[in-house]
Amino acid sequence: MLFYIVRRVVYVIPIALAVSLVCFLLVHIAPGDPIDAMVQPDTPQEVIDRVRSEYGLDRPLPVQFGLWLAKLVQGDFGTSLIKGRPVLPDLVSASGATFVLACTGGLLGVLAGCILGGIAGVYRESWLDRVLLGTAVAGVSVPHYWLGMVMVIIFSVNLNLLPAMGSGPGGSTAWAWDWAHLRYLILPSVTLAVIPAGIVTRTVRGLVSDIISQDYITTLRGKGLRRAGIVRHVVLNAAPTVLAVVGLQLANLMGGSILVETVFAWPGTGMMLNTAIFQRDLPVLQATTLLLALFFVVLNLVVDLIQTAIDPRISRR
Amino acid sequence: MSTTFAPEVLGAAKAAARAGGQDTYWRGVGRRLLRDRVTLVCGAILVVMALLIVLAPLIAPYGPTDGSIARRLKPIGTPGYLLGTDELGRDMLSRLLYGGRFSWFVGITPVVLAFFIGGTIGIIAGFAGGKTNMAIMRVTDVFYAFPSVLLAVAVSGSLGAGILNAIMSLTIVFIPPIIRVAESVTTGVRNLDYAEAARATGAGARSIVLVHVLPNVLGPIFIYATSLVGVSMIIASGLSFLGLGIKPPDPEWGLMLNTLRTAIYSQPMIATLPGICIFLTSVCFNFVSDGLRTAMDVRA
Amino acid sequence: MTGQPLVRARGLRVSFISREATVTAVNGIDLDLDEGEVLCILGESGSGKSVTLRALLRLNPKGKTVMTGALAVAGHDIMTIPDGRLSAVRGKVVSMIFQEPMTALDPVFTIGYQIAETLIRHEGISRREADRRALELLELVQIPSARRRLGAYPHELSGGLRQRAMIAMAISCRPKLLLADEPTTALDATVQIQILLLLRSLQQELGMGVIFVTHDLGVAGEIADRIAVMYAGRIVELGSTVDVMRQPFHPYTQGLMGATVHSGTRGKRLTTIPGAPPDLRFPFEGCAFAPRCSHASDACRESMPAFRHPGPGRAVRCIRVEDAEIKHSPKRVSAMA
Repeated sequence: MLFYIVRRVVYVIPIALAVSLVCFLLVHIAPGDPIDAMVQPDTPQEVIDRVRSEYGLDRPLPVQFGLWLAKLVQGDFGTSLIKGRPVLPDLVSASGATFVLACTGGLLGVLAGCILGGIAGVYRESWLDRVLLGTAVAGVSVPHYWLGMVMVIIFSVNLNLLPAMGSGPGGSTAWAWDWAHLRYLILPSVTLAVIPAGIVTRTVRGLVSDIISQDYITTLRGKGLRRAGIVRHVVLNAAPTVLAVVGLQLANLMGGSILVETVFAWPGTGMMLNTAIFQRDLPVLQATTLLLALFFVVLNLVVDLIQTAIDPRISRR
Repeated sequence: MSTTFAPEVLGAAKAAARAGGQDTYWRGVGRRLLRDRVTLVCGAILVVMALLIVLAPLIAPYGPTDGSIARRLKPIGTPGYLLGTDELGRDMLSRLLYGGRFSWFVGITPVVLAFFIGGTIGIIAGFAGGKTNMAIMRVTDVFYAFPSVLLAVAVSGSLGAGILNAIMSLTIVFIPPIIRVAESVTTGVRNLDYAEAARATGAGARSIVLVHVLPNVLGPIFIYATSLVGVSMIIASGLSFLGLGIKPPDPEWGLMLNTLRTAIYSQPMIATLPGICIFLTSVCFNFVSDGLRTAMDVRA
Repeated sequence: MTGQPLVRARGLRVSFISREATVTAVNGIDLDLDEGEVLCILGESGSGKSVTLRALLRLNPKGKTVMTGALAVAGHDIMTIPDGRLSAVRGKVVSMIFQEPMTALDPVFTIGYQIAETLIRHEGISRREADRRALELLELVQIPSARRRLGAYPHELSGGLRQRAMIAMAISCRPKLLLADEPTTALDATVQIQILLLLRSLQQELGMGVIFVTHDLGVAGEIADRIAVMYAGRIVELGSTVDVMRQPFHPYTQGLMGATVHSGTRGKRLTTIPGAPPDLRFPFEGCAFAPRCSHASDACRESMPAFRHPGPGRAVRCIRVEDAEIKHSPKRVSAMA
């Protein structure tokens, strides 16, 4: 098992490097001279040249990548062109906000998906199954940025129940687990939960209907287990796969919440990305993308390891 | 909007392989499709939408960018403006019709491109096996390490706004999953007995691909690609929503949704119309794709 | 022995209902089994033998299955017993083992857990006590290094050991009746014999009644007191193992013997039965075997032949068989009305 863990962790290193390379190249696929993305348009030529050599932009690309990596390892994720200060501190606080949103949304979605999918799987091919499956397909097809707007219209504009924007009273961005802040979390997290709920519903339905048609379920009935006892077996058989899907969804939400954050002005990485794109602040775009992608890689690793640990069917060698 | 591109295609591959393009198989597919009312209705809706969009210049009462501030935000049902007017006084019906052209184009083109590019690469990887396969699949893994929306936004954000850039970034997002599916299906078919038999009788690599592998792998890859159209529509309009797609004043559903956000207090119904169009398109594509999958997959 | 048989089925019918068709897999079966008796149900796949077995515990898929007739198992009316009380019978009084222990055991639980779970359910003992009993059971079914195997997952065991574990689970609560659904079919020939020997010794030790479903005549001869041959959802021949093996009356049974290698066929050519069993989606008149029978006449196709009794304890559904003068035991074989 230890060998397996080490091997998996080692395997992540080249992936992480390649991911960094893609993020590094983001600035270079931008049209024009990358230097234009780093300085204001009216900068005098000598300053441009100084910045160019400072950033090593006059060196060959592989060397630049090496330099960039070296800085990354030291915790230098680049400097915002607009704010003129390091990206990292802002990025860390934004990641916190996104993490809160993604976890809440993910949890809601997974919960709903497991319940609905479980019901659909048990009553496979019934009208209830068809309705639930149709709902799941609709859930997967919802443009969630639109759903966010609809929720704002209903709950903020018409009913005046919940705030439409921000993450805390008075525009504060510091998060706290109290009702004053939770009110702000409800609409964006529900909006974010819809797509994973649909996906998890479909996955769980497939799993459950597959499991309950297995021979060992007949064995369990045959040996007189009560319903609760059988449910326990179904849940534990489905768990490893569900866990993998959940991990993937959570990671997707971290990276995919940009649209929802934009709709609700949630002060997370998505907002940061949006602002960076709007201002063409490429270092911020690059750093944010890199951080989210690395998070995705690490989360996938963690899910894989947990899955291996809890599923006796997977070989641990 | 997920990266759960389930590898459930192997079953479909086997099913298709078993059926092997026989007449009876396709007749069975047709019969199952005709019995599937949900798929038929969704397909019909898509056809109607496509017709409306294509014929927009003939149907639309106004030009997509004609408008006057004097008539801004008229409610739905105003005489002459069936679906009201937007925040700049432009006719909503006309803009939705014209906007559909961009939304559909930007939503569907990347999947078509990715189908050809990713399909080709994946079939090569699957058929070649060995080191070629390894190399291709490891590169694919790297792109898998990005959440799909993030990748689309990052690439498109670097390239800057514009239709072509949006299409390019979405194509990049969809190529890796299609490669994976194509590779796994091809590997599956390649290892089937009859492909072995063909090889044993001395058929060349090219004839094995053309005669035996291609017909059996294209179906599953195609089905998989259709399942991506719904997602693609949502992300494509999402990019426009973020200001990364079409530039104003051209109409596009996602962009319209964004600019109409200012109107949610005065004309909430109008503000949600473009979203309903995106939703309807996406949901219909998803149902049709599911229906096709069920009809073409003998297991179901 | 109490006066009441362990199993008593009268006119048992089992149909599967789907949107496309209704399949009557078991079409009117009468069956009796005494305590401590071993009965083999013999037939090819699709003859309804497994469905019959599952019907005894009402294990066929709920909602898609319709059962009619009368069925009593160990004093319980299986037709009317509520689910809750039936689950107390399953695994405790009547238990079951299956053909493929790989799929019949839950892959994500250890063998020990799956045995202990049954004990905890029916005897209300503690987990610790159940684990101790599970170990004893593994030793009883002769699993080597039993203590280590308790913590093993099904895929970590060989096919033979898995089936032994399955048997340990089935006999954990000392059932009065063991239902075995082709328990040796999926195993290697040498392992088959070991499992058969184990089942026979356990049956004698515990005094269980056993209903054993198989398509293998050799297996049936090895273990059974009596044999019931099923064809197309009906019993076509019934008798003691010795009698049926020595002198099969029904042409189908004769065909089965011809298609099997055993001592009686040595030196003769193996014969096969031409044709295939009927499609049970469509009702048919007459003897279901007639289309494949070389002796079939018009009379065979007119109506289902009633049982004839050519000897003591024997019953055959074939018009070519004459009733014997000897009085047969009505308890064992009941003629169709």
